[in-house]
Parts: sequence; C-alpha cells; structure tokens
Amino acid sequence: MSIRVQIEPFDPGVEVNALHAANVGVGAVVSFVGYVRDFNAGREVGGMFLEHFPGMTEKSLAKIALEAEQRWPLLNLQVIHRIGRLEPGEPIVFVGTTSAHREAAFEACAFVMDYLKTRAPFWKKEDTAEGACWVEGRQSDQNAAERWHKP
Amino acid sequence: MIRVQYFARYREALGLDGEQLSDTQALATLDDLRQHLLARGGVWQVLAEQNLMCARNQELCSLAEPLEEGDEVAFFPTVTGG
Repeated sequence: MSIRVQIEPFDPGVEVNALHAANVGVGAVVSFVGYVRDFNAGREVGGMFLEHFPGMTEKSLAKIALEAEQRWPLLNLQVIHRIGRLEPGEPIVFVGTTSAHREAAFEACAFVMDYLKTRAPFWKKEDTAEGACWVEGRQSDQNAAERWHKP
Repeated sequence: MIRVQYFARYREALGLDGEQLSDTQALATLDDLRQHLLARGGVWQVLAEQNLMCARNQELCSLAEPLEEGDEVAFFPTVTGG
C-alpha cells in the first residue's frame, strides 16, 4: 500500500506502469484518475485550491486502503491526492489497484474512490467569475459510498 | 483542555482555524462542545448546519462521540475531495 498527499503534479501513465512493473504476478491493473474540469455546476472554473487536514488526511486514506485490502485479494493499492493550487486539466487524484484477476481490482478501486470522496478531509474551493466558491458535497456521492456498507 | 480546529468554509466564516478551550469538564460529548460554541451566537451559527462533519483525535465520528480531556476535535463541512 502506498499513500501520497502532495502539492506536485503526477503522471498517471507512469503510475499505472509502475504498478505492473513492480510484480509480474499482477494480472489486472485498474486505475481511476480525477481531473480538474474547466466547468462545474453551470459555471466556468479557472482553477481551484484544495484544502486538507494535515495528519488526518493521511490517516483516513490509509484506513480506507486497509479496509480495501481486507475486503479484496489485492496485490497492491496506491492512492495519490494533490493539495494546494490546481489548474484546469490537471490530475487531482489517482487510485490504482492490482490483483491477479480483474474483479477485485475493479471493485476495490471503486470502493476506495467512493469512501475517499465522503470520508477523507479534503475541500475544494473553485475560482469562478463570481469569485472563489467552496464546492458543496453531493448526495450522489453519499449514495455511492453507502452501497459498500456492510449489513 | 480541548483543542478545536475548523476547516474550509467554517474556518473562513469564523475567521479562526483553531483554539484551545479550558474549563471543558462539563462537556460530555462533541455535541455538547458544539452547543457550547453555538451559544457564542453570530457567525458561530454556521456550526448548526445539518451536514456538519466532525472528528475526534483525527478520526471521523458522530456528534454523540464522548469527549475527553486532552482531545483534539475538528468541525468541518461535507468533504469534497477526489
């Protein structure tokens, strides 16, 4: 498991290749990359600032990753999340999962993203024509996370 | 002594990123602490929001979570990372 919270940009292609190169027993690599869009909620977005809770951020991502490793037979799991100033088109988040077969990697990747979006302490503030604006949480993200809750 | 931190929109609304509170023995839960802060009035009403999230010692929790001397508490709006 690898968790990185960083200001610097990253190259998603390099990260995907590294996940496979690390272990030829890997039969499946699934990755999710989230990007800054130039449009959100009907407004043009000129970039954003990502605030976080230093200390808790890393702990919460590690906790989510650990739960994924306990629920699916993964060979590796990597999470990268950026903080600070981001421009449209830049990658924000990377989740990469590897396993022997595809199902575990697919499900674990979706699980980590759904939990990250609802449990990791990050907050986006977008630059719009009307000024900087905090992004509000969405019910659809809560619903997506709930599908993984155990009975 | 309890350390309280505020993040994102709450930090901006309060003009404060955190504070130390003493004389907190009467506060049994995080909700007691929140009510104590709401009683300050004015901008503190932001903590009355229904979708407020909170953490105790850097772990997400509910407002019913017990509060203990020396705890580090955080209040923040719904998270929006990813």
